[in-house]
Amino acid sequence: TAGPLLLRLLDWVRLHVCDVDSMVREVLSSETPSKHKLFWNVVDVFVLQGRMDEARHLLSKEASANPTSMNMYKILDDLMKKMPVPSLGNTQTLTELELKWQHWHEECQRYLQDGTFASNPHMESICKILLGDEDAILEKKELMTTWYHFLVTRLLYSHPTVKPMELQFYAQSSMDLFLGGESSPEPLDMILMAAFEFEMHQVIKECSIVLSNWWFVAHLTDLLDHCKLLQSHNLYFGSNMREFLLLEYASGLFSHHSLWQLGVDYFDHCPEYGRVYLELHIERIPLSTEQKALKVLRICEQRQMHEQVRSVCKIMAMKALRNNRLGSALSWSIRAKDAAFATLISDRFLKDYCERGCFSDLDLIDNLGPSMLLSDRLTFLGKYREFHRLYGEKRFPEAARLLLTLMTAHIAPCSFWMTLLTDALPLLEQKEVIFSAEQTYELMRCLEDLTAGNPEKQKFQDDDVETTKVEMLRLALARNLARVIIKEGTVEGS
Amino acid sequence: QDNRVSIWSAGDLGNAALNGEYHGEPHLLCDIEHNGDVMDMQFLDQERIVVASSTGAVTIFRHHQNNQTLSANHQWEKAHYHVDQDTSCGGAACTGVVCNNPEIVTVGEDGRINLFRADQKDAVRTIDNADSSTLHAVTFLRTTEILTVNSIGQLKIWDLRQQRNEPSQIFSLAGDRVPLHCVDRHPNQQHIVATGGQDGMLSIWDIRQGAMPVSLLNAHEAEMWEVHFHPSDPDHLFTCSEDGSLWHWDTSTNVSEKPSFFHQGGRSTAYLSHSTINQSVVSAWLSNDPTKDRMEITNLIPNQTLSVNSLDVLGPCLVYGTDAEAIYVNRQLFA
Repeated sequence: TAGPLLLRLLDWVRLHVCDVDSMVREVLSSETPSKHKLFWNVVDVFVLQGRMDEARHLLSKEASANPTSMNMYKILDDLMKKMPVPSLGNTQTLTELELKWQHWHEECQRYLQDGTFASNPHMESICKILLGDEDAILEKKELMTTWYHFLVTRLLYSHPTVKPMELQFYAQSSMDLFLGGESSPEPLDMILMAAFEFEMHQVIKECSIVLSNWWFVAHLTDLLDHCKLLQSHNLYFGSNMREFLLLEYASGLFSHHSLWQLGVDYFDHCPEYGRVYLELHIERIPLSTEQKALKVLRICEQRQMHEQVRSVCKIMAMKALRNNRLGSALSWSIRAKDAAFATLISDRFLKDYCERGCFSDLDLIDNLGPSMLLSDRLTFLGKYREFHRLYGEKRFPEAARLLLTLMTAHIAPCSFWMTLLTDALPLLEQKEVIFSAEQTYELMRCLEDLTAGNPEKQKFQDDDVETTKVEMLRLALARNLARVIIKEGTVEGS
Repeated sequence: QDNRVSIWSAGDLGNAALNGEYHGEPHLLCDIEHNGDVMDMQFLDQERIVVASSTGAVTIFRHHQNNQTLSANHQWEKAHYHVDQDTSCGGAACTGVVCNNPEIVTVGEDGRINLFRADQKDAVRTIDNADSSTLHAVTFLRTTEILTVNSIGQLKIWDLRQQRNEPSQIFSLAGDRVPLHCVDRHPNQQHIVATGGQDGMLSIWDIRQGAMPVSLLNAHEAEMWEVHFHPSDPDHLFTCSEDGSLWHWDTSTNVSEKPSFFHQGGRSTAYLSHSTINQSVVSAWLSNDPTKDRMEITNLIPNQTLSVNSLDVLGPCLVYGTDAEAIYVNRQLFA
């Protein structure tokens, strides 16, 4: 069809060759443009870019300034007005256009040969350009600045009905003519050449080599893929070109301190390997603040990446633990539902208690709430603290009952039994009898279990302090038993 | 990383009167380099801004209006730090700052509370290990009392007049200890407090009574980063979240009854009659049945993408910033 390829090419050139814009502005805004030294340059620019109306408008200023050249001007203006160009609507067939163009071309030729413009070299040069004279056009190299501008101008004035598939032939010769052996093609030139040849894969390859990051290539390929213009053959390692490039680009984003969030979206749109890449990258984001860690976690949770959730929470929990922020550590374990870590934290608390004789971070332990159930050790910690609270409030029977439950229900770890039994001592020594007979028997059983259990433990318990403790306990238990038997055997009143 | 504290002019307010349309883009007046992420900031007075950093430093910047520059006025470099010096700079992020000129209170990931005075080099008071978890936000309850929220879901009141390093009261949600990220107090009725949690839930507390919130409102789908009562019209509340939304909570009674005090910069002191005075005093926020009350909730962001990290509201203006590197200014909030 007498399609608008040329028109599109003209638009493209007008958009991209903007070195001349400032010059154009300068001349247009001057008092008397026709007297400006760059006046003819600007007219030439308009002609070279096919901007006929603007060229004619400027020329009219020249005409009114120089009445002597009125005749020449009228003819040139007429030629420019009549020039046939492919139109957007299909109002004419290809043959019609070619015919008209041939006639117009011949008319221009006649005027030139008649010497109509001989007295004004500028106008003569314009006429030659209209005729598609390559040398005349090439003289205006500086105004075109690039070989592809030259290509389009050439096409405009010699092959206006050019078809897409014919571009490559004109492209190569245009580049050769323009560079004229003085300079060699630059990478961008090779990319454009590949584009004119409709070699999309070549374009992508050239861009990949030349450009400093994957942004352009990835998005271009993605667009081409969506338009189904890219015959995506599978690359040997499994994913297609589009996905490969998007993965590369997104991976690059992840090394940036804030753009990694965008990388996530890109991975989401890579059906084959996106998830795997995301899993690997997201674990490596530096978690400099808790807020950043929370953002990472949210992304993982939204995508059911449970392993990464656990991993991030564990990193944060370990950091918190090292910094002695036990509450924070617990908070991270709760988020990850990490029972093992919760146990670790509880052990840390218990260790602190054994070393210092009091609890740290009571605000945390006293307010564990349902999270206490996350791990047995944590439950024990909460209940143990409750025991101390009850004791402090002098609610001895309740405290006693709780203490016993901690041992008999196996909530307490075996390592802690000695401490618990030692905690029972003050209760046994009270004036009032607190433990019932049955409870005392239970305690005694616990003590026996503890001491008789492991023969190896026996060796360690040769240590004086330990043996003294055990003996004291046995004595206290026996005394308590004696008192409670009497008490329970006595009839009240009378 | 290039972090900066910047001051922008959001356009000439005079023009807004003409047809209410947006006039001109916000433009940058001045900025200054900042070491570390800006975690929180607040104006101390007309010229000074206090900024909390992820390095654990707290800095006062001064805005020189005559030549439009910013300069660092004073800095407490190690306001927040971990005892074990684990992180690269040894610091712990300062997560929240609140000012009541000349006093400045800061809290951080180290569970520490600092009380500074703008003109004094050293901290006036420091409560080490005030909390075993991270303190996420702080606000003033009264001139001598502050509220803090932490990552094990507790709201604590601290009385700064007292020398003991314990909170005077602790509130927490029943159920899972969901971390709380933000807190704000009702501007007129000091017993009403709003908190936002990691699960996006908005909780309204009456701190005169009970250790439990009055209402729990299921709001956002992810962390609620900030909550603000409108300073002059507290029937309006604003929350923003990691899920990219910013909600406007409106408990004002329906339009016909609403006293029309909403001129630019007006204060809400007008009431219709004696009976409505009583109604207004028992704030709509404390109503036991939030569904019964006409509460309008609007998402102010049409195309939400990334997290809305911070917001502020004053008069008819709303400002908020997102992870998409954008700042939005809405000067017609109640139009």
